[in-house]
Amino acid sequence: MIRVTLPPHLRKLAQVDGEVQIDVEGQVTQRAVLDALEARYPMLRGTIRDHVTYRRRAFVRFFACGEDLSHEQPDAPLPTAVAKGTEPFMIVGAIAGG
Amino acid sequence: MSGVRVLAGTRKGAFIITSDGERKKWEVSGPHFAGWEIYHLKGSPADPNRLYASQTSGWFGQIIQRSDDGGKSWHQPGTPPGEPTTTPDGTPKGESNKFVYDDSPETGKPLTTHQWYDGTLRPWEFKRVWHVEPSLNDPDTVYAGVEDAALFRSTDGGQSWRELSGLRGHGTGPDWQPGAGGMCLHTILLDESDPQRIFIAISSAGAFRTDDGGKNWRPINRGLHSLYIPNPTAEVGHCVHRIAMHRSRPNVLFMQKHWDVMRSDDSGESWREISGNLPTDFGFVIDVHAHEPETIYVVPIKSDSEHFPPDGKLRVYRSRSGGNEWEALTKGLPQSDCYVNVLRDAMAVDALDKCGVYFGTTGGQVYASADGGDSWAPIVRDLPAVLSVEVQTLP
Repeated sequence: MIRVTLPPHLRKLAQVDGEVQIDVEGQVTQRAVLDALEARYPMLRGTIRDHVTYRRRAFVRFFACGEDLSHEQPDAPLPTAVAKGTEPFMIVGAIAGG
Repeated sequence: MSGVRVLAGTRKGAFIITSDGERKKWEVSGPHFAGWEIYHLKGSPADPNRLYASQTSGWFGQIIQRSDDGGKSWHQPGTPPGEPTTTPDGTPKGESNKFVYDDSPETGKPLTTHQWYDGTLRPWEFKRVWHVEPSLNDPDTVYAGVEDAALFRSTDGGQSWRELSGLRGHGTGPDWQPGAGGMCLHTILLDESDPQRIFIAISSAGAFRTDDGGKNWRPINRGLHSLYIPNPTAEVGHCVHRIAMHRSRPNVLFMQKHWDVMRSDDSGESWREISGNLPTDFGFVIDVHAHEPETIYVVPIKSDSEHFPPDGKLRVYRSRSGGNEWEALTKGLPQSDCYVNVLRDAMAVDALDKCGVYFGTTGGQVYASADGGDSWAPIVRDLPAVLSVEVQTLP
């Protein structure tokens, strides 16, 4: 079971409170987690990554285990603690503005 | 008793403001989609309980929302949570926020570039939906005008969208360029008498028309004169801010251009200026009285570098002669120290016996007149900056 935290606006779209828990088959990567998340919550498609290119939206960031994983390759394995469900994969809306 | 429902899109959410036919007491509901930019929301003429809304964010992109109960509840059309997002044969189900330019060889054109502010070329890139225009007779059919400029249509209640690519690909697309707000398709006018005819406007490319339901398009900008472009009478490149028509007379169009208020009596084949005695002919909104096709309204704005009313006086100007002769409407509007703007999609009229006129400001007020513009009062006054105003006349 993978734990995912969403920013407040996306929690509202997905109609969930708090963390989301999803099953991921095979290797736990950023792409696999997002695929599973979007399959469970189709209303999130296009809000985290582009519909066509699957590139992360510019003001969305990924964090886990105290590290910024935003620029990791989509198919790189996520930290073991994320794969085991002891730490959440955090999707964050970047602080932007002034 | 009949009533009205005012739909206001703002920088931080949507608001629904309702009243009975007297239009004296108003109830405000919202914010819906709090924190999101709501560029536009509009109801279906065929089913007043069916509303569509464009919800956007610089962080999370585009969302389309739909209500089937007049705005009491909303949902994103498409696959419900937990259901497979593809059909058994692997075809993706509807994705209500997926706007992909059509570059298929059968129907689309290869994606080209358009002009950028500095004269360089940029590829088309979807940014947001500026305007939703429900069909006049089918609640499940709705058009979307988007940035970078293109026209999309949904025939399944907003679940999926397909570009009417003949517009972007008809030939002048590579010469289009963005206005200050982006290269947006902001106006969609449907012709009640001819379902095959649609007018659209793009800032800053100009006005365009199709006579075959959206397959083929051509510019309709003859007579426009824009001193700020290299060729002031070019076929495209004019910064059209808004077009309006009276549904009983679809061959007559009124336009608020960047500068100049214009009129066409031949479905856009030619335009003539009707700015007349306006204090300034810069502005964004223009609309037509519900029962008097020659009565039109604009809100003059000082200039393209000073987006507020001249002399700090918020004045709607009304012409009862289809242009050229204008009168200032000031009763109930602030006549000193007012420096708000009224954006292009932020004026609408109702269809009650005494036509109601409504507009929203960047200062968060929505003003209404229940007597065709003679007198005004705010129906709500402290919203986020208002991006759009639509009105539904309810039975």
